[in-house]
Amino acid sequence: MNSELIVFLVLSLVAVAAGLGMVFSRNAVYSALFLVLNFITVAVFYLLLGAPFIAMSQITVYAGAIMVLFLFVIMLLGAENLPPTKSLPWQKPLAYILAGILVVESLYLVFLQAQPDMVVTAPGASVNSMESLREMAMTMFNQFLLPFEVTSVLLLVAMVGAIVLTKREKAGQK
Amino acid sequence: MVPVDYYIILSAILFTIGAMGVLIRRNPLIIFMSIELMLNAGNLAFVAFSNMHKSFSGQIFVFFVIAVAAAEVAVGLALIVEIFKTKKNINIDEMNSLKG
Repeated sequence: MNSELIVFLVLSLVAVAAGLGMVFSRNAVYSALFLVLNFITVAVFYLLLGAPFIAMSQITVYAGAIMVLFLFVIMLLGAENLPPTKSLPWQKPLAYILAGILVVESLYLVFLQAQPDMVVTAPGASVNSMESLREMAMTMFNQFLLPFEVTSVLLLVAMVGAIVLTKREKAGQK
Repeated sequence: MVPVDYYIILSAILFTIGAMGVLIRRNPLIIFMSIELMLNAGNLAFVAFSNMHKSFSGQIFVFFVIAVAAAEVAVGLALIVEIFKTKKNINIDEMNSLKG
């Protein structure tokens, strides 16, 4: 049992528990905070996998920006505790059965094509140097330049869309 | 040393939890968070494969997924706020008409 495996197992327990807590907690604020915990554990997995830039993006964009937006909307709407409504009686059992089928199926696929000889070793200090970041930037701005620019247009469209959707037109005013 | 398979299994489990959240919860905000969890599980698999193949393409794809998720959340939350203002209710079962 090496130390990396122990870190992985403990963190994956935390990640799965935070995911389940997100789905099952009654209060939407608690759900959001569980999801932040999950994002941070996944960021640590990214560090273990030798992707420090993605880990930092994960923390700043996901755990920082997106979840703050979620918390704002939850508190703005007062949607922490929605009143329970009558739901379809067969909905929950069916959902559990379908989720069970999905997880069994995906695990079966993983075991079918398992490659136990492929291991991930935690990166040394070299991956955190500027050299790795420079290599990644070279890939992004050479091979993936067009998708990068398309993403910037997408973000602009989303920004304009969000403003147009939430802007309330005053009566008698164009 | 952790086998890559473990990361893929964890990613599958997280994805299933997200899918289950979409199926059993009726609060659209929680459904949105479950979708984020599923995207995150996909990202974890991408980074694991990127490490396995010693290529940066997977990490760059994750970067794009994060950008798309941010755009999706901005528009989706704007829609939820607007629906709440119109109907005073955000139960997903009652959103069954296109005209407000």
